[in-house]
Amino acid sequence: MLQASRLTLERHFHPVFAPVDLVVGRGDLWVLTGANGSGKTTLLRLLAGLVTPSEGQLARSVAAAWVGHRLALKDDLDVLENLQLARDFAGRTDADPLDAARKAGLEMALDQPAGTLSAGQRKRCALARLLLSPAPLWLLDEPYANLDRDGVTLLDGLLADHVGAGGACVMSTHGDLKPAIDGYRELAILPAPPGDHW
Amino acid sequence: MSRLKRLFHQFGSPPWFYRFSGKLVPWLWVAFALLAAWGLYRGLVVAPADYQQGESVRIMYIHVPSAWMSWMVYAVMAGFGICALVWRVRVAEILMISSAPVGAAFTLVTLVSGSLWGRPTWGTYWVWDARLTSELVLLFLYLGVIGLYNAFDEPRKAARAASLLAIVGLVNLPIIHYSVNWWNTLHQPASIGLDGSSIHPSMLWPLLIMAAATKFYYGACLLTRARNRLLEQDRGKRWAREALAEGGR
Amino acid sequence: MNATVTTPPGKAIGPIFRRDLKLAFRRRSEILQPLIFLCVVVSLFPLGVSPAPERLATMAQGVIWIAALLATVLSLDTFFRDDWEDGSIEQWAVSGHSLALIAVARAAAHWLVAGLPIVLLSPLLATWMQLPGEGVPVLAATLALGTPVLALVGAIGSALTVGARRGGQLLSLLVFPLYVPVLIMATGATGAAVDGLPYNGQLGLMAAMLVAAVTLAPFAIAAALRLSLE
Repeated sequence: MLQASRLTLERHFHPVFAPVDLVVGRGDLWVLTGANGSGKTTLLRLLAGLVTPSEGQLARSVAAAWVGHRLALKDDLDVLENLQLARDFAGRTDADPLDAARKAGLEMALDQPAGTLSAGQRKRCALARLLLSPAPLWLLDEPYANLDRDGVTLLDGLLADHVGAGGACVMSTHGDLKPAIDGYRELAILPAPPGDHW
Repeated sequence: MSRLKRLFHQFGSPPWFYRFSGKLVPWLWVAFALLAAWGLYRGLVVAPADYQQGESVRIMYIHVPSAWMSWMVYAVMAGFGICALVWRVRVAEILMISSAPVGAAFTLVTLVSGSLWGRPTWGTYWVWDARLTSELVLLFLYLGVIGLYNAFDEPRKAARAASLLAIVGLVNLPIIHYSVNWWNTLHQPASIGLDGSSIHPSMLWPLLIMAAATKFYYGACLLTRARNRLLEQDRGKRWAREALAEGGR
Repeated sequence: MNATVTTPPGKAIGPIFRRDLKLAFRRRSEILQPLIFLCVVVSLFPLGVSPAPERLATMAQGVIWIAALLATVLSLDTFFRDDWEDGSIEQWAVSGHSLALIAVARAAAHWLVAGLPIVLLSPLLATWMQLPGEGVPVLAATLALGTPVLALVGAIGSALTVGARRGGQLLSLLVFPLYVPVLIMATGATGAAVDGLPYNGQLGLMAAMLVAAVTLAPFAIAAALRLSLE
């Protein structure tokens, strides 16, 4: 689905992290680990195609779904409207926003404007959007952040279902929380070596 | 094609560009100094005063070449901007943003010299004449490019945003120029201009020499600025440290 | 790098257009603010210059158009800001939908809630500024042709400054020089109509500017939005 070789990005003329090699296939679950500021978010943004790599090759053959730090929720719309919007935007008439909201544990908050939700509920709403996307590759930046224990279990369930159905996921995490799923793989983001290419 | 690509790549390599331009810069400054001295001598001493405008016509030898350069530099800057956006050539980004202050300076010189000439000729420092008005809009465009560049932290992103704005400006400039000319004919009849059209050869020669001199000035100034910027950005890299150790060559 | 993502082009236009209208409707007061601003600016001229009808009439079209430019820039500052800050632009970029078409849909929705009301307000403003009757329909026509150009060109500036420091202040510096041709042609056409001169040429040029803006600006907006994410 995705193949990256010697991938890196320069900021202020210095590589953010050491070149990354990564191959993502069907059923793969990759967890990016590294300290704060190590470049996990940057790498995910590269994989999502939001940023152009300074060096290296990146090929992605499938559509990606992205959940970043900024959750792309409209504060003036309620949960259901936000999910309906995501479904219309993804062009999927078969997906049911109500069902997605239930799976994310948001059935009690359907008519609440997103602006009034707690941080954890907002995260759940953004994760529910994944169920409305046809993209086989999920790119999740710190998906565990702000989730309570139930939320973590719920996310692990979503991940297991998605990966089990032949999807793939690359996600980042900075804490001790790792998916409670067998067979996930870790990729540690290393700082760039000193020196330069010229 | 591959040869062209290689040449492109070579030109886009900062160390190569730094060394190559370093050899060129002194000659450009010398050419500028010689041409400017010759042109100013012919313009300020040899050329006759105008029967209508008197000695103040000599401002033309600064004003007109600056005006030409103000437009040319904008076009060249937008050209570098296209290279920066399409091929992501870093040297093109640097040449693009290094052009902006030089072009803005030429525009400012055009405006100030035009005002100084306007005082004895029109009796006022500012007249909303088509040429001066277009020039003023051009100055705003330059200031927009410089302002946008300075509003970003990441230099490469800043240069690409400024490049995009420069290209949008380039597409608009003919429309702006045309509409300002049309607006001007609507509001006031044509008056004595400082445009250097239909002039005597004794005045044309110094004008052309000064036009050549300003082009060398732009080249020298652009490369000097671009070299400094490159060295500053790459100060952590080996080639830049080596260049600095050799006294900046 | 190549991401072969198969999404039919243009499918996002409908959802984005409906979303923008819905969001605008939820924040009705924010739509009204630029329009109130427009009325306030115009009403300051009789107070600041002179209430004499003949003096106001000579500058009526200029005052109304400059106030319209200011109101447009005021409303354009937030054109992409909310979507940038909440991450919507990231979602558009990842979706594989054409950013240029999304920009067209957004500009159309924006014009409907911010540009069209200016056109509808123009007879009132013309009356305040004592614009002679012959000029009123032409003023409305120039606003109808010109405000979409202002929205599209302004959207380029809005996309360029969305991730920048002090983007709002910068926006006016970037877009006002680009608005010069529209201002000249619009006030020229209205002035010609008042003087009983032909004005079709100016209106034709404004229509040409509109066509050029609709075809070219979306690509510049899309490029600027991609840059804003880097």
